Amino acid sequence: MLRTETLSINMGPQHPSTHGVFRMVLTLDGERVVDLVPHFGYLHRGIEKLAEGRTYLQNVPFTDRLDYISGMSNNLAYALAVEKLAGMGPMPERAEYLRVIMAELTRLANHCVAIGFLLNDLGAFFTPVLYCLRQREYIVDLFEMASGSRMTPSYIRPGGVAGDVPPEFLPAVRKLLAQMPSFIDQLDQLLTGNEILMARMQGVGVLPPERAVALGVTGPLLRASGVPYDVRTAEPYSVYGQLDFDVVTEQGQDAYARYLVRIGEMRQSVRILEQALARLPEGPVMAEGVKRIRPPAGEAYARIEAPKGELGFYLVSDGTPNPYRYHIRATSLANLGALRDMCIGHLVADVVIILGSIDITLGEVDR
Amino acid sequence: MSESDTISRLQAALPDARVQPVEGAKDPTFLVEGDLLQAAAWLRAEGGYDFLSSVTGVDRGDHFEVVYHLYRTQGGGPLVLKVAGPWEKAEVPSLVGVWPAAELQEREAYDLLGITFLGHPDPRRILLWEGFPGHPLRRSFENKTFAHAEMRATMTSDEVPHAEN
Repeated sequence: MLRTETLSINMGPQHPSTHGVFRMVLTLDGERVVDLVPHFGYLHRGIEKLAEGRTYLQNVPFTDRLDYISGMSNNLAYALAVEKLAGMGPMPERAEYLRVIMAELTRLANHCVAIGFLLNDLGAFFTPVLYCLRQREYIVDLFEMASGSRMTPSYIRPGGVAGDVPPEFLPAVRKLLAQMPSFIDQLDQLLTGNEILMARMQGVGVLPPERAVALGVTGPLLRASGVPYDVRTAEPYSVYGQLDFDVVTEQGQDAYARYLVRIGEMRQSVRILEQALARLPEGPVMAEGVKRIRPPAGEAYARIEAPKGELGFYLVSDGTPNPYRYHIRATSLANLGALRDMCIGHLVADVVIILGSIDITLGEVDR
Repeated sequence: MSESDTISRLQAALPDARVQPVEGAKDPTFLVEGDLLQAAAWLRAEGGYDFLSSVTGVDRGDHFEVVYHLYRTQGGGPLVLKVAGPWEKAEVPSLVGVWPAAELQEREAYDLLGITFLGHPDPRRILLWEGFPGHPLRRSFENKTFAHAEMRATMTSDEVPHAEN
């Protein structure tokens, strides 16, 4: 009998498939993963500490830089937390609809990136991702139109949104929506039945539903395990309660199911956007008198369904214009907690796919 | 079932613990004194709170707090649990055995605030490196890069910079 030993290897932090500066220490038995220890913090900027020295409004731009793929969603979660903490009344309805429009456009852009780079990880090098990035570019152009910035919009603010959208914005969104379903169909036709894709992704990174809930994973990862949990329906915020959409779930529990959930969610986002555009009322986009935000002493936690999962902000006020404590419940950090579970027993090449199927942003993990 | 009903059932099930509502919070918040681990296990098994969303700590000056945000995956609002204690003995039981979701977030609270979670399977720093001096989210932490104390002193006056934005 040949004597064998396990081998520890280091993957990352400078590795193209880790989607940023992320390091894993893998213990291998041949090509099989026996143990995995994630290491991160390379991008830690101390945002929670910095926030304590700034006013509530000055903290908005920091939120853009958490999950920098979906800046608008981060703005929304933070704005909701500040509004809850300060006990601000209902926001102008136009602002709420604009928020939903921006949040769903963000979801489309995020899933484009997630699916594109997942295919990169699968070895379909850079052709699919360029199609996806081109589509995302149309969306970030819309963000630039509304806020002046593609990726760091700071557009959704406590009290409403920074300003009304320019007149050319809504026609441009309609144009995008007219073309989006055919793009999703194209992805679907090219990829969903693809033999290589199915062979590499089916049965890889299985996460049973009970384990997924216990590990606190959220978003497409949880719904691909068959748990129909979505903050937009579980605890509706903004105007999601008035909109008609389905929570996409899959029973596969594997990387392939996560890909399918993302495709399904893109279709639902188009549905939500069409309804939101049809209902978008005229009127102000910022609540009256939101000049100086000085919440009474207390604390509040607000969460949203960000494209990657549940994003929460926990704010504590001591009555001054600065937050006393500012904590971000980062989606990617919580979802990374399931990485070890999903990888054990798989090949090294599968680790790359499993990490890609979680869809993390290190800016959010490290903060 | 409302959150306060759940809590009175919890109180009846665990007569040794004291679970009291906290004023000033926007969500139903309860301070737990006594066996946190038992209370958590009860809330997960009997209360239906299967999803632990967030774990974090707050430095309240003379004492610390650890805050847990619990939800049910069938939907509904949060139940917030708190434990408090003096900084001299900043220790709370780890809830990883009840909600594995607590693992990374408890490590983060240890790293940034220096609260020890007893029984944590992997009690290391998570964002900062081993050997980093101190715990930056504590009020007593001083670092010139953050210039935290000075900044706060200028901003707590009535003059809010850029107030007209």
